[in-house]
This record gives sequence, structure tokens and C-alpha cells, in this order.
Amino acid sequence: MERKLLTKDSYKLLISKIISGKYQLVAPVKVDALVDFRRIKSADEITEDYIVTVSSAKSVAFPRNEKLFGFEKNNKKLEQTDFDFDSIPHTVLLGVRPCDAMGFASLTSIFCWDSVDKIYTTRLERTIIIGMSCAKADASCFCTSVKGNPGNTAGNDLLLTKTPDGDYITEIVTEKGAKLVAEFYELFREDKGAEKEPLLANVPEVFELDGILAKINSKFDDEVFWSEQAMRCLGCGACAYVCPTCACFDIQDESHGKTGQRVRCWDSCGLSLFTLHTSGHNPRQNQGQRWRQRLMHKFSYMPDRLNTVGCVGCGRCSRACPVDMNIAEHLKSIIDN
Amino acid sequence: MNNIQQKTKELLESGACTLIIGYEKGTGGKARPVFVRKAEHAAKLIFDESCDQNIAGYLYRQEIKNESKKAIVANNHTLKSIVELASENQIHEGDFMVLAFTAEGEIIELKSFEEIEKHVATLYHGLNDEDKATMQKIEAMTMEERWGFWENEFSKCIKCYACRASCPMCYCPTCTVEINQPQWIPVPSHTLGNLEWHVMRAMHLAGRCITCGQCAKSCPLDLPIHLLTYKVALDSEQYFDSVAGTSVCANNVLATFKTEDHENFIR
Repeated sequence: MERKLLTKDSYKLLISKIISGKYQLVAPVKVDALVDFRRIKSADEITEDYIVTVSSAKSVAFPRNEKLFGFEKNNKKLEQTDFDFDSIPHTVLLGVRPCDAMGFASLTSIFCWDSVDKIYTTRLERTIIIGMSCAKADASCFCTSVKGNPGNTAGNDLLLTKTPDGDYITEIVTEKGAKLVAEFYELFREDKGAEKEPLLANVPEVFELDGILAKINSKFDDEVFWSEQAMRCLGCGACAYVCPTCACFDIQDESHGKTGQRVRCWDSCGLSLFTLHTSGHNPRQNQGQRWRQRLMHKFSYMPDRLNTVGCVGCGRCSRACPVDMNIAEHLKSIIDN
Repeated sequence: MNNIQQKTKELLESGACTLIIGYEKGTGGKARPVFVRKAEHAAKLIFDESCDQNIAGYLYRQEIKNESKKAIVANNHTLKSIVELASENQIHEGDFMVLAFTAEGEIIELKSFEEIEKHVATLYHGLNDEDKATMQKIEAMTMEERWGFWENEFSKCIKCYACRASCPMCYCPTCTVEINQPQWIPVPSHTLGNLEWHVMRAMHLAGRCITCGQCAKSCPLDLPIHLLTYKVALDSEQYFDSVAGTSVCANNVLATFKTEDHENFIR
């Protein structure tokens, strides 16, 4: 893979040039006590002091609310305004962790499963992902258990790894990344060949993925196992909404008087209403069944049907969970039981 | 062995209990709820300052209700919620044992709602200094500043409903947000819809919030939404002399009319 070096000064300059150019720049910033992605106007807003951002980067391609089309009733005629593809901005997404970047492959496999979701794909096509390798990890990180690693290039267009001097080793992963480097070629220097591995965080493997994939289907009917696992689960949507690969959505019409819009918004299989039928029947009646769905979807259905694991080991779900439903620990118990 | 472990081990061994709802050490050392069924697992149980979570909401969960002999390890928040839930007939005396702690850290069994009430009466009911300071800061703001403050906070809400799920007083089988004919509260998490949700939540908790702050502690985005229900709790106390979580016989402030009630807030 081709490598370049971006000095710390050039890094700041690159950010300024991106902002003043045709792109909007989305990067991790401090929001009170948390770090989350925001559109930024100056390089000073960026922080590098985070394990992962609270929310995943998925909202760049799959926003939490998105207007699909508008409608207006005039006399007896209904007029529709189609989705405006021109409104999708060209975005540079900076400071994405390798786990998050890997998540886009899972999302894409869902949004392009049988028909291509043009809104999602256009958003992603117009996004350049500049990842940032992890120098730190915490107790919730487990990317190495799901075939990721703190310096994984997959899913990134460029991957930066900070050296002790404060410069950035720049790996050019995709054509898109190469174009961006070409656009700002004067900022990049020849790479000095510094080793990347020693600069990366140590993320111990918590479980053996193949073991989970081989065993999880046999656990499906074990209602006691799942209800014991989900005993403390409160049934909120925090895990799904911060997850880089959770793709479930709801479609809502919001109207006011004679005008309105159809909106796609995030939904979660952890919520009891998710599978409730109009008849009143709910095929997933208890939290055990809903928790099973969450794990099965990521570790059985997606691998079987989409040839991808629906989890990147970022650990966000575990950090966001009010009752510490540590997913890695629960997965491990599938093998242990 | 810690006295919580000894006590619960005895309860499980003797068959006095078949389930203990308590706390264990979770990821990164933080405490989390745990359900212990076997005496040999009693060693998992902990009780220290990290056990701050209000776990009273588990008491009315169907899976737990089905268990005949259960005990809950209750911190002060949980105790107050038990009183409030009892006053609303959501839980019933004798359905569960309550293990609490004296100020010295000694484990005690509170054998009746009356004993819980008496214990709760010895506890501090006000806000902590940090919340007091933030409340004062917000109250000193002009109407526009205050609107801006909350608009900024609500813009961050992802509507995961962790606040609702973790609040022991949010026990409605069908929440208003789930009613869609008519759709009272918008489903998408835009700022206006979020504002409607949080204001509705605060109003539904008027006179019922025991000020544990669990809603904010559970919020993945750290929104200070507890201040909304706290404000309504303080108003309930100031205007109607009602403090939630203090009396099993209390009538809910919004469900009661007294001739001496203040009406000066109606304009």
C-alpha cells in the first residue's frame, strides 16, 4: 500500500484547505464532556482525545432523520417533491476509527441487499473517509475479536497513524483517497518508513469469532439462555443508535396542514414496538427474544446472507448501555455455555 | 466476605429467597444490576458508592414478578422509588424482601413499607450541589437564553428512550410516544420532536420524580434531562407540599384536588 507522510503542520493546513474548498468537514469535537462528530469550521475544533466518539460515523450516510420526499395537497391534487440528490454534500469525514470505517461495509451490504438504496449510496460516494488509527483502547474495545485491528485500513480512503513526533503516516487505501492526496499533493511528503505496529493500541481478543459463528444458531431455541442474558436489559435503543452497523429504520409521515414529508428515521429491534403487529400480536414478546435478535442478526443472519459480520467491535453499545450489557462478554458466553 | 454477600448467601441457602436483585462489578469496574439465583454466586454481589443505579424498575417486570421469593438490594434511590411505586399500586407489600443499608454501611432488612418509609425519612431529599448550581444558572437565564440552552441540548437527543427505560416511574405498558392515532409526539429525533418528548416526560413525572437522576445517568449523549423533572419536583414541593418517594399513602399531586391548592400559576 502506498504511504506518504503528513507533518503536523501540513495536517492542520490540509484541514483548513478542505474546509475552505468544496467539502464539508466532519470530525470529532468535544461536546461538553463527550466527543462526537460535528461539522467543523476550523482545525482548532478537532480533538484527538477519544477512544471512539459517542455516536458512530454512520450518520454521514444514514442520518438519524432523513426527508425522503415532500408532499403538498393543492385543491384535490397531490404534488410530490422528490428527494433532492443535489442536496447531498461532498464530505470529508476525519478521525474515523478503523472499527467505524469497517462498519460501512456492513451498512452497505444491507442498503444494497436486493435493491440499491440510492440515497445511502450517494451519500457514501460523496464521502471521503480519513481514518485515524487507535493508539489507545479501553475495556469495551474488541475489534480484534471480529477480524478488525486498531490500524485496520479496510473501509478507509486514507488512514492516518500518528507518530511520536506528531506527524501522520498516511496510508492511501482507495482511489478516492489517492485523488484527495493528489488534490493537496504539496502537503504530503515522502514516507520515512516508520513502523506502524508499535504505535497502535493493544486490543486483546475476547472471543474466537469462528466459534461464535459455528455455535450461535444452535442456541436459537434456548429461551432460558437468552432471557438470562437479557435479564438486566431495559429495552431501550441506545445500543442500536450508537452502533456503526445497525441499519433498522422506521418510515414516518410528518404533515402540517396541507404539506408534509416522508421521513426515514432510526429504529431499533430492542424496542418492544419494533415487531408489534396491528393485530396486537408481537412475535418478539420479551426482551430475551429481542436481545437474541440483536445478536443473531449480527452473528448469524448477516454472515449467512450478506457474507459479513454485523459487528465491528467498537464497543459503543456497551459504553452507551445504561445497564452495561457488554456484548463481547455475552458473545463469549455463547462459546462457554 | 462482605456482609451483603454473607446475608444473601444465607437467604439463598435457606430457601428464604430464590432470587436476589442487586449489583455486581461490570465493565471497567463500574457497577451494574445482577440477578443471583444460587448461593455460590452470592459472592458476585457488591454494594459500594459505585452502586448508584436505581434498580426499582425491575420489581414490576413480568419475568421478575413471576418469581415468588425475591429480594432487592436497595440503595437510597431504589428505596424512594419503592415507596413511590407502592403509592401508585405498582408493587405490593410482601411481594419482595428489601435489603438496605444504614448510614454506617450495616445491612438491614426492611420488613414492611412502613419500615421503608421510616428509613427514607432519614435520608437527604434535596439536589446535589452540582445540580443546584446548574439549576440556578438556568433559572438566571433570560427566556431566550434558556430556550437556546434547551434547544441545543434537545438537538443532540437521538430518542433512544434510555431515559424512559431506566426510570422506575415510567411503567406505562404503552407510552404516549407509541400512540400514533393521533401521533402526539413525533417519532423522528428532530429538535422539536425531542423537545415535545422531554417536556411531556417531565410533565408525566410531576410529583412522581424522586430526583435520582437515573434518566440523565442513562443518557448516552449526557443530556441534563434530569433537571426538567427536578424542576417539576421542586415546584410540586413548593406549591403543593408534595415530595415523591416519602409516603406510601401519598396521593399524586396531579391526580388530587384540594381546596387549598394554589391556583396562582394559572394565568
